[in-house]
Amino acid sequence: MSADFTAIDFIVNGEKRSVEVPPMKRLLDVLREDLRLTGAKEGCGEGECGSCSVRLNGELVNSCLVPVLHAQGAWIQTVEGLALDGELHPLQHAFLHCGGAQCGICTPGMLMAATHLLAKNPHPSMAEIREGLAGNLCRCTGFTRIFESVASAAAQGGEGAHAR
Amino acid sequence: MRGDAEAHQLIAPGSLSAVLELLASAPGEWTPIAGGTELMVAHAAGRLGATKLVSLWGIPDLRFIEAKPESIVIGAAATFRDMRADRIIAAELPLMAKAASWIGAIANQSRATLGGNLVNGSPAADSSPALLVYDAEVEMISVRGKRRLPYSEFHTGYKRNVLAPDELLFAVHLPRRFAGHRQYLRKVGTRRAMAISKVALAGTAMIEDGVVEEIRLAAASLAAFPARLYRTEETVRGRAVTKELVKEARAALLAEVAPIDDIRSTADYRRRVGANLLEEFMNELQIEGQAQ
Repeated sequence: MSADFTAIDFIVNGEKRSVEVPPMKRLLDVLREDLRLTGAKEGCGEGECGSCSVRLNGELVNSCLVPVLHAQGAWIQTVEGLALDGELHPLQHAFLHCGGAQCGICTPGMLMAATHLLAKNPHPSMAEIREGLAGNLCRCTGFTRIFESVASAAAQGGEGAHAR
Repeated sequence: MRGDAEAHQLIAPGSLSAVLELLASAPGEWTPIAGGTELMVAHAAGRLGATKLVSLWGIPDLRFIEAKPESIVIGAAATFRDMRADRIIAAELPLMAKAASWIGAIANQSRATLGGNLVNGSPAADSSPALLVYDAEVEMISVRGKRRLPYSEFHTGYKRNVLAPDELLFAVHLPRRFAGHRQYLRKVGTRRAMAISKVALAGTAMIEDGVVEEIRLAAASLAAFPARLYRTEETVRGRAVTKELVKEARAALLAEVAPIDDIRSTADYRRRVGANLLEEFMNELQIEGQAQ
């Protein structure tokens, strides 16, 4: 059986986008293959590692577990939507300054989980930062520098989500 | 991604009645999918057998939390995030709030639903032990109407349940009479976030004059599906919590459970830890009993 392709209209990083894809295509694959937004990474492909994290209608999701039909009409933010007019987001600056990124595979997911956390809770405790990032695995940094990056961005008032 | 997106249909009728009509028109042909945290994993691995899927996501009639005078009713498509954010659940059903916080991490809790957790029917399901010790009832719906059953009768075997092919889990009803009970829930897994449990034990108990008047115990990963530990409860009920009773209760639990060896743990470890968790709960009751 072959599925009918379905027209999906959504807002990705503030722009209206439309694709025609199988409804069971994963949001991750639509972002990467159809929209060429390759920031979100496939790590485990089973919702365990968080490297494909994006924000969908204000919720943090693993885009590898979302059938694209569930993104119909949705507001989506990926790591490509963090920088504004070429200026890095405060969290991105903090990751650079604090050594929060090494190989970079987990970084887009870490940034989106951190963005989500700060959008919900602008002044998280270290325990809340740890919980907010608990679904994101990093095999380079040992996590400490990532937690420090988020704490540093929060201390500088780096609000999580741009209003767009 | 080893699965083929084009090999699977997915439709979103958008309303509960339209989904029920579809299920009734071709019983067993359509597989419901809510948040997708289980089925999309199988899909990515190329082992999703279902070729026709019908979406339950975004149907308001299935995603609600309602406080009635006698019970809290949680719609089957309420997410674990919804449950964690609910003040009444936090105040009156702390074990549910705790279990919800164990489901994966934030990005899983935003999609995974209570109904999905129960219908998937993993022996390790995080929400099940709490539901069992709160005497939860499940409500099912089809074009033929609704019916209710104790949740303890929902699972009939490993990953099997009482749902008819044209039926959906509609809601879970939690009685509001456990606020005065001692409550216990602990999961033992490899780490706090993300890990599927090796063993989990839940308990509610009412102590009067140092005697256990009421007790409910339930475990995950100690049998083919999450279940009450009725014989262990019988051993404890009506008696004062003493070191001797703790010993007897441990023995009763070990005789009642039937865990297996699998990739996450061994049967032997699960039995020992299950008994240790029971002892921990009973020690809390003992302290409580002496204080009164």
